[in-house]
This record gives sequence, C-alpha cells and structure tokens, in this order.
Amino acid sequence: MSLLSFLVRRLVHAVFVLFGLSIVIFIIARVMPGDPARMAVGARAPQWVVDRLRAQMHLDQPLVVQYGYWLRDALQGDFGLSLVTQRPVTRDIQEFFPASLELVLFSGVLSAVGGIGLGTLSARYKDTWIDNLVRLFSYAGVVTPSFVFAILFVLLFGFTLKWFPIIGRLSENVPAPPTITGLITLDALLAGQVGTFADALKHIVLPALSLAMGSIAQEARITRASMADNLNKDYIAAARALGVPERIVMGRFLLKPSLIPTVSILGLDIAATLSIAFLVELIFNWPGLARYGMTAMLHKDLNAISAVILVLGAAFILANILVDVIVAQLDPRIRLRAARSE
Amino acid sequence: MAEQAQVSLDLTRTFTAQQIRQLERESRRENLGRAWYKFSRNPLSIVGLVTVVVLVLLAVFAPVVAPYPRHAGPFTDFANAKKPPSLQHLFGTDQIGRDILSRIIFGLRSSLLMGVVVLALVVPPGVLLGLIAGYFHGTWIDTLIMRITDIFLGVPPLILALAVASVLEPNLWNGMLAVSLMWWPWYTRLVYSLTSALRNEYFVTAAEITGASTAHILFREILPNTLSPVFTKMSLDMAWVIIIGSMLSFVGLGVQPPEPSLGTMVADGARYLPDQWWIAVFPALAIVVVVLGFNLLGDGVRDMFAAEGV
Repeated sequence: MSLLSFLVRRLVHAVFVLFGLSIVIFIIARVMPGDPARMAVGARAPQWVVDRLRAQMHLDQPLVVQYGYWLRDALQGDFGLSLVTQRPVTRDIQEFFPASLELVLFSGVLSAVGGIGLGTLSARYKDTWIDNLVRLFSYAGVVTPSFVFAILFVLLFGFTLKWFPIIGRLSENVPAPPTITGLITLDALLAGQVGTFADALKHIVLPALSLAMGSIAQEARITRASMADNLNKDYIAAARALGVPERIVMGRFLLKPSLIPTVSILGLDIAATLSIAFLVELIFNWPGLARYGMTAMLHKDLNAISAVILVLGAAFILANILVDVIVAQLDPRIRLRAARSE
Repeated sequence: MAEQAQVSLDLTRTFTAQQIRQLERESRRENLGRAWYKFSRNPLSIVGLVTVVVLVLLAVFAPVVAPYPRHAGPFTDFANAKKPPSLQHLFGTDQIGRDILSRIIFGLRSSLLMGVVVLALVVPPGVLLGLIAGYFHGTWIDTLIMRITDIFLGVPPLILALAVASVLEPNLWNGMLAVSLMWWPWYTRLVYSLTSALRNEYFVTAAEITGASTAHILFREILPNTLSPVFTKMSLDMAWVIIIGSMLSFVGLGVQPPEPSLGTMVADGARYLPDQWWIAVFPALAIVVVVLGFNLLGDGVRDMFAAEGV
C-alpha cells in the first residue's frame, strides 16, 4: 500500500511540475521576440497570409487563451508542424526518440557497470596504487566535458586505431532491421540478425562511452566514498571475525547498502545524459532527439523546441520517480519511513 | 551607545568598546589564518589556486601575453593555415591561419567572464528567495517560491538554457542570461534548507523577541550563517557554468565569430579531425585545464569551510 500511495504522491507532483514546465516553455516560445506566424511563412510572404496564419494559430487572442489552445493540443499529442522538416512534430519525435533512448540506455549501463566496478575496486584496494589510479581517473572524468571525450575518442579509437566506426547507427551496407522498438540493437536481436546487431553495437560504443565517462567517474567516486564509509562499520568487522568469505563480505554485506547513494546519483545522471546528448549526437552524427532539438533551436522552430523540451522534461521526471522507487527497495529505512508517514 | 558598551566575559574583567573591536580584529585574523591553513594543507588546492590565478592573469593581460594578439579578431593568413605546432605557433594554426595559442588566451576571457557574470546574476536573487521561503516556512510564500523552484529543478538546466538562448539573439550576453535564468533555483534550494533549520535557533528567537525587523533577522542573523555553503557551492559551480558556457558556444549559441571562444574553437576544429588534430584538441584541453583548476580550488574552499561544522 505504502509504495502505491508513494507513487501516487510522486505522480501528482510530476504532473504539477510538467504543468509548470509547460507554462515556462509557452512563455519562452511566445513572449520572446519574433512573430511565429511571420517566421513560419518567411519574410517574403504578403501580410494577408501572415494574418490568416495568425488567426489560425490563435495568435490574435490573449496569451492565456493561446496557452489554453496550445495545452489542449499538446495534451492530445499535437505540437503542430515543424518548420524545419515540414512534418508533424509528434511524428518527428517518434522517429528520433528511440535513437536517443538507445544511446542513453547504453551509456546508463556503461556508467552503472563501470562506475560501480571501479568504485568497488578502489574501495577494496584503498590507499594502494589501484585506488590512486581510479581516483585520478575519476577526477579527470568529472572535469572533462562529454564533447571533449567525444573528440578524443573519435581521434584515438576512430581514426588512429580504427576500432570503431564514428558516424551514424549502422554501416551503409548493412540494412536496418525491421522496426519493432526503434532500438536498432534490440530490433536486430528480435529479428535474429546477429551481424546487424554486432554492427549496431560497434556504432554505439563510442558515443555511449563519451556520454558515460562523466557519470562513470562520478559513480566511482560516490561508490568508493560510501563503501569506505561502511567498511569501518562494526557489522563488517563482525562478519570478518566470524570467518565469512571476503567475497561475500564485499559483494553482499558491503555493496548493497553502499549502492544507495550511487543509485540515486546514477538515476539523475542518466536523466541528465539526455540533455548532454546534444553535443555527442552532433559529433557522432547520431540521428537522435537531441540532434533534432538542436537543429530546431538553431532554426527557431518553436513547435519542435517546445515538444522536445517537454518530452525531455517528462523523461527526466519519470527517471527520478523510478530512482526513488529503486532506492526505496534498496533501503528498508526509507521504505519504512514512507509507510509510517501514512 | 557603543562608546559606553561594556561586555563582561568573566566577572572580573570589563572591556571598553575599543578593546572589543581590537579583540574582534584579532579573532578575525586568527580565523583567516586557520582557514588558510586548512586550505593549504591539501597541495591540490594550492595547484587549483595557482592555476586559476594564472588563468585569470592570462585572460586579463591577453593583449600583452598572447604571441599574436591580432589573431583574436577577423584575421586571415591563408599561407600559414593549418600549420602543425611549431616554435612560431606552439599550438599550431587554425583553418584560416590564426595562431591557436593566442586565440585560446583570448578565449579564456569569455569563459571566465561567463562564470563570473552568471554567478553574480544568480546568487543574490537565489539566496534572497531561499532566505524568504525558509524564514516563512510553511506559509503560502514558502509554497509559491519552492513550487516554482521545483519546476526549474525538474528539468536539466542545459536544456532550458539552450531553449532560451535559441530564441534570443545568439551572443555571449544572452548566453549568460539564459544560463542565469536556469541556475538560481539551486541556490534557493540550498539556502532554503539551511534557513528552515536556522529559523528555530535561539539567536533568531532572541532577535524576534527584542523586536528586530524581518530584514534585520534575514540579513544580519540568518544570512551570515548560510554563507559558507553558498561560497562553497559558488566555487564549485564556476567549473559547471564554464562547461555549460562552452557547450552553448560549441553549438553556436554563445560567443559569435570572429571573437574567439573555447567551445567554438573545438566545434570548428572537429571538422578537421584527424589530420589537423591540433585545431580541436588544444582548445579542448584548455577547457579541461580551466575546469580542473576551478574544481580543485572549489574542493579546497569546501575543505576550508567543512571543519566549521556548517
């Protein structure tokens, strides 16, 4: 019961935040200088065309009424036409979102595995050269922006070593698998095309790694700190004194409570990756939502901008709720507190 | 009133106002000394401080320090384009023959300016709103301010900053404005949680009982007690703002050419990979050095305040 009411409370809050976000976006899109109707038809179009479009877009009415129309359409999944692609924005998003999702999911997996792995290693060999190496790496990872990593990886693994391709999601001579989920790696597996899967996997390694580096570093730091904290607790000493194998002490007794801060930050990081993906998608020519949003922004395509921000905002909020649920599962204290406060 | 003020610390001694001021000065000097000791105990903090000071000096004296100051503007020299690093051009030259080292030194200016201006724009309103919301904890003022904060914190700041920057005229100042609009809620949230706890302390109650004004309580009683976490956050945020600034200019929404900016230089140089790698790699490394310097400095500031128990 408590989990359910917790979820309901979070969802109500999420709806509220999204509602507020929609107002902010609307203000950005409408109050900022420039006439959307004029922008849509171009500078050469005669005034009567602009006026007709203004009436069609309800631009001649008060802002509150405009917002009402905009919200009604948005709730029905209608964000209007994109100025750049001349297609409904919703269709564009459906097309580009899976690519971004795939990238973010892969980078999330890399961050989790890499960060927790390195952090555990660092805590296990605390104050040895391994620990120092991991800490040096974490510091470098935290201070280097993702696009710098992207460029270094392109240079090193793409051009010099030629281990991985650096453009797009698939090689040109590899046909795309039938679209089921839109995630090419998953679709290829579902269709049983192992070769296509391998090719898609090769394409995703570098962009996903560039995105993940910062959060791997962050996760390693947090896991190390939290494990080092717990390592001095009495119950660990007790377990060791009782002769519990070190593998079980580290893997079960120590790792689980130490993962709580890691998981909460990891969730935030993965959600934030969606926004940093802008630059990485640009460098790797990855046909994702972030690159689409970027093109829209450079062309002042307000319909597309609003939709992209709302979708990214919703994904961010959803990821946060998911993290809270997972953390509650990991940490009985939080679960109990939530139950007691009912 | 100050002339006759006598404070008895123990029962046998009294102090004149002048002596009190003297004591205050001494204890302030002692605190400063202790803060410096805590800061300087970690050699990395010193490295950070030195890096930042050097970077600031380079930026301020760019026209004197840069080997080719003219290359920071609309300068072309196609005969010397895309030259690899050499003694004449330590970091090589770019696609139209400009010295990359000189452009990096000038590019530091906009990066550092971005950090300073954004923090200057963001911290006062953010802190003020946090103070008010925290002091009026549980009232409609609290609800109003903190719910608005929630909306901004609900979305990664980079996205909203990009969106705002994209509808404005692309230049450095609008980039700063866009980042600032998205950054204040973090300070509001921080100061809010501190103030909510501090408002129940005895010294606040004492001030309330003696009839001190709300402004006095907010700014003289509570604010000084929130400053060390705020300063710590500011010193760590410098690095973040500079990264976001370089991302904005990377996608063309910040500093406009021919004005040099580190992000734009990386973006331009990326097109000449891998053969003319130096065009992108040196500006990228410069960003890393700037961010690293501020991060180390920020960690030092955090250590300095950490032991004070705030």
